[in-house]
Amino acid sequence: MTDATNQTQAAATQTGEAQMGDYYALMKPRVMQLVVFTALVGLLVAPTGVNPFIGFVAILCIAVGAGASGALNMWWDADIDSIMKRTANRPIPSGAVAPGEALGIGLGLSGFAIVLLFLATNALAAGLLAFTIFFYAVVYSMWLKRSTPQNIVIGGAAGAFPPMIGWAVATGSVSIESILMFGLIFMWTPPHFWALALFVKSDYGDAGVPMLTETHGRKVTRNHILAYCVPLVVVALWLGFTSIGGPFYLLVAVALNIWFLKGCYDIWTRTDADSDADNHAVEKHTFKVSLYYLFGHFGALMIEALLRANGLTAWAGW
Amino acid sequence: MAIKVEHEIHTRRKGRNTGVFLLLLGMIGIVFGLTVVKVLGLTDIRQMEKFDHVARPALEPGALEAAERRAAEIAAEAEANQ
Repeated sequence: MTDATNQTQAAATQTGEAQMGDYYALMKPRVMQLVVFTALVGLLVAPTGVNPFIGFVAILCIAVGAGASGALNMWWDADIDSIMKRTANRPIPSGAVAPGEALGIGLGLSGFAIVLLFLATNALAAGLLAFTIFFYAVVYSMWLKRSTPQNIVIGGAAGAFPPMIGWAVATGSVSIESILMFGLIFMWTPPHFWALALFVKSDYGDAGVPMLTETHGRKVTRNHILAYCVPLVVVALWLGFTSIGGPFYLLVAVALNIWFLKGCYDIWTRTDADSDADNHAVEKHTFKVSLYYLFGHFGALMIEALLRANGLTAWAGW
Repeated sequence: MAIKVEHEIHTRRKGRNTGVFLLLLGMIGIVFGLTVVKVLGLTDIRQMEKFDHVARPALEPGALEAAERRAAEIAAEAEANQ
């Protein structure tokens, strides 16, 4: 890096002038990856096809909508983000992006994504996207996050909508398949995040955010992880018996559910002393399994759709 | 006349300006692409007129079929009268 670049960056920091990378970070790109993937699966497994360009624009709108809600979340949470180590370097607390600018970007991109999705596809898909942004920014960020330890349970719904929107883009409707895809992410979110909360030392308490591990203790969190995992298994397997399921999906789902259920059971049977003794090995392993779990299910749905399109599921009498 | 760098803001904002340029270019591409796809997807090309902010009762669903039925009736009556 040259001196001139350093001087330019220093000048930019001093004047609070954001670069494109700061705006990109404002949109929570890692969350967007999950949103894009699940929305794409919802779109591709739907029984009706969509013009590829319209499909591309729809996924772009869903991604931009997710990014916009991320910007709104960062605008609202700037005060607690500056307290917590994990989030202190985010664009607003670090001073790269002004709060008002983040609000403007969030609102502007929300409007852009919703209107464009409506023009490109249909009112239901656009309405679901609008509701998702509202749910994440207002219901989760402004209301639930700081008021209840069940915040991530209900807030997880915002992350569960993308496949339903993808399905609505293609079919213009909501059906049992899209509701179950929603349910899969909705039920997966709590055990996924609580497994993480068990081994990451967070400073949510300092920031006044009531996380279950801190309000009710780690033992209760372990109970909750197993309790949410059981209905998750039901939803995951039920999906296999709908029109988008099939033998391949069911094989993958059974394997993944046994794997994840065992991890959740192991977490449930452990004490905090066991956990500290092996540096939270089981919790870390189960968290990793939860990532494979979600991507595995949605990946299997996509492969199942490909197999069905090529008539390769007939061998199983499906 | 060539554009000369007269102020450090040109260098400082280069990344942002390039980003905005690319985003606008992408926006044009999206609107153009959507227009092409939507127009080519019309089953009845007269439906294009539906989006010019003027009410077109003749383009409402069923209007075309009703008009064709009426035209057939008139043709049949004319034939019968001959």
